[in-house]
Amino acid sequence: FQLAIPVTVIFTPESVPGDLPRPLPFRDVQEMEISVNLRTSITSRYEMFYRSTTAQEEVALDAATAQEADVALHPLQDTSFGSLMVFVVPETSSLLPEGISVYVGKHRIALVRAGASLAALRTRLRQLTQVMSFTASSIATALSDRVPDGQLGPDAGRHLKSSLGYEITFSLLNPDPKSHAVEWDIEDAVSRYVQPVLDKLSLVANFSVDSQIQYYAVLGVKPRFDKESSSFLLSAHSLPHVINPVEARLGSSAASLYPVLNFLLYIPERSHSPLYIQDRDEAPVSTNAFHSPRWGGIMIYNVEAPASPQTSLPLRVNVDMVRVMEVFLAQLRLLFGLSREALPPEFLLESPGNEGLADWELDRLLWAHTVENIATVSTTLTSLAQLLDQIGNIVIKDDVASEVYRAVAAAQSAMAELATGDLHSAFQASKEAVTSSERAFFDPSLLHLLYFPDDQKYAIYIPLFLPVAVPILLSLAKIVREARQRKKEPTKVD
Amino acid sequence: VCTSRFWFNYRHVANTLSVYRSVKRLGIPDSHIVLMLADDMACNPRNPKPATVFSHKNMELNVYGDDVEVDYRSYEVTVENFLRVLTGRIPPSTPRSKRLLSDDRSNILIYMTGHGGNGFLKFQDSEEITNVELADAFEQMWQKRRYNELLFIIDTCQGASMYERFYSPNIMALASSQVGEDSLSHQPDLGIGVHLMDRYTFYVLEFLEEIHPASQTNMNDLFQVCPKSLCVSTPGHRTDLFQRDPQNVLITDFFGSVRKVEITTETISLDRNLADFESK
Repeated sequence: FQLAIPVTVIFTPESVPGDLPRPLPFRDVQEMEISVNLRTSITSRYEMFYRSTTAQEEVALDAATAQEADVALHPLQDTSFGSLMVFVVPETSSLLPEGISVYVGKHRIALVRAGASLAALRTRLRQLTQVMSFTASSIATALSDRVPDGQLGPDAGRHLKSSLGYEITFSLLNPDPKSHAVEWDIEDAVSRYVQPVLDKLSLVANFSVDSQIQYYAVLGVKPRFDKESSSFLLSAHSLPHVINPVEARLGSSAASLYPVLNFLLYIPERSHSPLYIQDRDEAPVSTNAFHSPRWGGIMIYNVEAPASPQTSLPLRVNVDMVRVMEVFLAQLRLLFGLSREALPPEFLLESPGNEGLADWELDRLLWAHTVENIATVSTTLTSLAQLLDQIGNIVIKDDVASEVYRAVAAAQSAMAELATGDLHSAFQASKEAVTSSERAFFDPSLLHLLYFPDDQKYAIYIPLFLPVAVPILLSLAKIVREARQRKKEPTKVD
Repeated sequence: VCTSRFWFNYRHVANTLSVYRSVKRLGIPDSHIVLMLADDMACNPRNPKPATVFSHKNMELNVYGDDVEVDYRSYEVTVENFLRVLTGRIPPSTPRSKRLLSDDRSNILIYMTGHGGNGFLKFQDSEEITNVELADAFEQMWQKRRYNELLFIIDTCQGASMYERFYSPNIMALASSQVGEDSLSHQPDLGIGVHLMDRYTFYVLEFLEEIHPASQTNMNDLFQVCPKSLCVSTPGHRTDLFQRDPQNVLITDFFGSVRKVEITTETISLDRNLADFESK
């Protein structure tokens, strides 16, 4: 496995370090090896290209803040998937706020302070490239079935597996329709806030979105009443039991086979309002939401009690979709594994805004999914070959064979593209390889039902043929004896 | 999976439905259960109490209820369909509820009951599944990482022979009797006229009734259920393929469904006004 990442490092005139090995511009390659298990290892090649700024870029870098510089620089560059651009600004530049030495923008551009020496710059660059593309642990997670047990961190089973499509379902749970008549403008919220994120992710997979409202659906757990805050509390260890009773009522589309992500919004009953979630330290959670890896998320939306006790029930409630979508989209990011992992404090990551994820985060996903897809293809095809070795009398239809060839060709081209750094086409090729290999492996015609152990063969066929064989053999013997006697008789008579 | 049909095999259907009921009570939803039954007991003309299937002599518990979702019924319960569900080689027109959509983090519980012999299990009086086929099917599931851990429980005569041939990792197996022994049924009911349950499953169910979703009971306790004095046959189990120590495996890992949950601490900030702009 070889993964190549093109990185361009651009120096402003004031920030060129004195001890560069060669004058600008020049190229350099750094390789790093990640070994997953005894037989698999990944080499990552960072192809670095160092140059100095062009006039247009200098103008853009004259901006007041880093955000504006990012916005100005973006149209000047042509960054394809997987590549990175790093601008090195002088140590004393005011572009980056105090105490921050690295700024990562929404697209694939980062701003780095020059640092005291070349070595310090190199360290920062290495950290930065790892953040923006992939780390050893994220690749190991993607290849999780090859890593020996015990070496994976707790993250391993968390992220969604790479799949060709996902189904997202938004559900509103209203256990108390007599008190709350809830309306949520889900269609509008989906088209405004969710669709842009899904559009950005559409390269990764197909998404389909549904929504539903469930009445009289209750949580399985009784919350405690807390006198001090006069609210109801759900403690962290009762949360795992909340999902199951609810899930029984959530439908899912019968035709689609894609994994389903459920996002639930729960409006507590009037008698249990307000309801807050406590984390393990008994502190209330600010988002009032929790999620379950590979399943989805739940948010609790508290309705304010009416000012006067004589207001007629049911209360009309209009759900604030922005607050809700902020949480759901954050949960969606976490489910995909796009969390802002622990970074050194001098890094500042730009928030992705309404698009939901930055370009380099999309790259991270693509790297992980491509590697995972290729690994899956090789495991699938190997086990298919082993199956055929073991059971000799399976018939392989022509279309199954052609799918296998196609899968192999696509996997090979994906690996070649990865080695040259073309992430986009590598990902497409890996998707095609996975589709073909899954279709070949799971073809219904490959079911071997006929298992004939030797003793069954004897047990079945001997009782059938032996009684028939006895008179045949005897009469054969008789014929042979008679023929021999006839041959002897002429000599005897004469 | 209940592999028998006909009225006198009432107890096999009652076995399966009782296990189904316990599993649902402990939290697993229907979308995660594939139930294969020859569904001919409740509406059988010989059933003196129509639309019910009881598991206990005093008719306390109607395990058929309102909430039973049978995925493969009657003549669809065949060896071929069973193997197709396990290995995933299903024709594309099969609906979602009839498929096993598991991945490498799923724990699977397989419960089979019916008539069996040394090395095979009889399906509906017309075909058999051998222990080698079952072991091969599990190996194909492992190759495709269709399970994380698998618990196989079988309640038939000579049940232990069915798990002898397993060779894939992470499988734990329990059987109601050893090779050469027969599993016996528990008690006949004079009103209905047939035996209602098998002994092993009866005691397993008594054990499961005391488990609730947060319980910490582990697999070693399940192995102790139904000693020879109560069961007449010797239940067996096999744990050598399993990587964790059975002491550390919770019953609810397989029979119930307790999910890993994380508190959401991050939110992204959405710009209301900007979104307004974009949609136009």
